[in-house]
Amino acid sequence: MSNTASIRRGPGNTLASIDHLSFRYPDSPNPAVRDVSLEVREGEVVLLAGPSGCGKSTLLRCINGLIPHMYPGEYKGGVTVGGLKVAETPMSTLAQNVGLLFQNPENQIFMFSVERDIAFGLQNLSVPREEMRSRVDETMRLLGITALADRAPHELSDGQKQRAALAGVIAMRPKLIILDEPTSLLDPKTALEVVALIEKLNRELGITFIVVEHRLELLIPIAHRLVVMDNGSKVMDGAPQEVLADGRAEGYGVGIPPVAKLYSALSKDGIRLPKVPETPEEMAEELNGL
Amino acid sequence: MTLIEFRNVSFVHQTGVTALTDVSLSIGKGETVAIVGENGAGKTTLVRHINGLLKPTKGSVLVEGKDTRETTTATLSRKVGIAFQNPDHQLFSESVENEVRFAMKNFGFGEDLIAQRLDWTLKFFGLDQYRKSSPLVLSGGEKKRLTLACILAWDPDVVVLDEPTVGQDALQKEKLGQIFKLLQSTGKTIIIVSHDVEFLWPIQPRLVVMSGGKVVADGQISQIMGNRELLEGARVTQPQLLRLYQGLASRPATPFLDVLEARDWIGGRKQKPEAR
Ligand SMILES: Nc1ncnc2c1ncn2[C@@H]1O[C@H](COP(=O)(O)OP(=O)(O)OP(=O)(O)O)[C@@H](O)[C@H]1O
Ligand SMILES: Nc1ncnc2c1ncn2[C@@H]1O[C@H](COP(=O)(O)OP(=O)(O)O)[C@@H](O)[C@H]1O
Ligand SMILES: [Mg+2]
Ligand SMILES: [Mg+2]
Repeated sequence: MSNTASIRRGPGNTLASIDHLSFRYPDSPNPAVRDVSLEVREGEVVLLAGPSGCGKSTLLRCINGLIPHMYPGEYKGGVTVGGLKVAETPMSTLAQNVGLLFQNPENQIFMFSVERDIAFGLQNLSVPREEMRSRVDETMRLLGITALADRAPHELSDGQKQRAALAGVIAMRPKLIILDEPTSLLDPKTALEVVALIEKLNRELGITFIVVEHRLELLIPIAHRLVVMDNGSKVMDGAPQEVLADGRAEGYGVGIPPVAKLYSALSKDGIRLPKVPETPEEMAEELNGL
Repeated sequence: MTLIEFRNVSFVHQTGVTALTDVSLSIGKGETVAIVGENGAGKTTLVRHINGLLKPTKGSVLVEGKDTRETTTATLSRKVGIAFQNPDHQLFSESVENEVRFAMKNFGFGEDLIAQRLDWTLKFFGLDQYRKSSPLVLSGGEKKRLTLACILAWDPDVVVLDEPTVGQDALQKEKLGQIFKLLQSTGKTIIIVSHDVEFLWPIQPRLVVMSGGKVVADGQISQIMGNRELLEGARVTQPQLLRLYQGLASRPATPFLDVLEARDWIGGRKQKPEAR
């Protein structure tokens, strides 16, 4: 089975295109990204997984322009986003099209209050004042941080910081939002709410998402596609359920949700369920019906 | 034997935010305790009291019967190893190997032992190739593992890990699980703060649920995780295998702790007694 043939295409045209991209940090003997090619279409939610240290964050930096604009290193191949060549377009122009949530929210929020921080990005986009106010308020509400509006970033818990940083990215409503482990510090309920928010922004506003995440059980239900990296290279790319069912995924440290793991174990034992269950409740029902 | 005791502890940050309200909790030697609860519940604030980094505004914290107000952080630090939620607050050395060596050197370990421990921890956590690198250039998950390596290398009696699974892939989480088993078998006291319920479930720790600065539940994880209303309030969700178990018409007396148990039961190799 060819993985590329089974990709469920998003509705639109190519939004981001990565073409034989390699990048090596200055003091490192090996490239962090090796000859990666990837096309992301308008309206897609692409989930990116792979072992810790395999190059996921580096690839994301190449898409929003931090690489090569802010990080020196050896850069080969190219990336275009919305028709703009990332390496040749100033960061300020790129920022209108791509928003990146950093893995560590502390590196992202720096104004003296949560509210100011969210407004800061909008000021740079020259959003009119009235609209700015309403967008800041709405975004804080969506992320449940209205009560924290006046807090300084260092007066927040880590999960609250992650939500504030996410608010800053979402408020700008770029065409492409890239999230680097956006739920890593969130409590389980908030994590589910953030996933629902991603789904809503994708469905209603057509925003395209690339999301790095280890807790796959959270994102699988809304992802159109799952890409796996290992040691700098892209090693798998396809419909989420198919990638998960492929035995290789587990070897790459992809966190197969317990229910999916049990489903394949039972299949091996000759116990066939009517369909791949998406939730534990669905699986229990299928088992009760056997 | 009680090792750590919180007696009616309240903590108010300088800005006036109350982070803990009247928390009482005692943890015995050799226990494995997991702390869960919503963002801002007070988990990090609580564990920072254990090595005296924070002192209670009201009430007291005792470690081995001694009030943390009357002990120096240096003394407590010899007993309690804390890996912070954000690795950037912990890492400061110019190289990965010196970062791991630091505490061991400080505590007067011999050179041979240091070399041995250094080797083992860096290999175990997959950081060996970065020995000479600056901690600053590591990936997020690698930085996190480096903080764990630093703590485990000097083998403290009390191991406190604030969100140890952040940034870790499935294989690294599995290794972390193994570390816990190893620590448990050597009688260490383990305190884990985590939002990762799927990771905590098979470890079956004692579970402390915090919400709004208070401890709202404390007990066996399988019992507490069965109480949906309580979990809802602390914004915690149930692990998948427990949800599956609850939905089954015919099921064993106790929930499945891992996929293998569920597979055996469903496949008819019932190794657990059936529920009545
Ligand atoms: N340095 C600080 N100054 C003022 N308030 C703070 C500070 N650090 C935390 N807080 C507040 O104290 C409360 C408890 O924070 P704490 O970091 O203990 O939460 P937590 O349970 O660890 O949350 P998370 O799951 O997000 O890590 C929150 O209301 C938080 O906003
Ligand atoms: N700023 C940097 N300078 C040098 N090396 C780096 C830097 N950031 C990451 N690396 C290295 O590049 C590789 C990929 O890292 P990263 O993209 O952060 O991985 P992931 O996000 O998949 O965990 C790792 O070997 C890491 O140590
Ligand atoms: Mg990363
Ligand atoms: Mg915390």
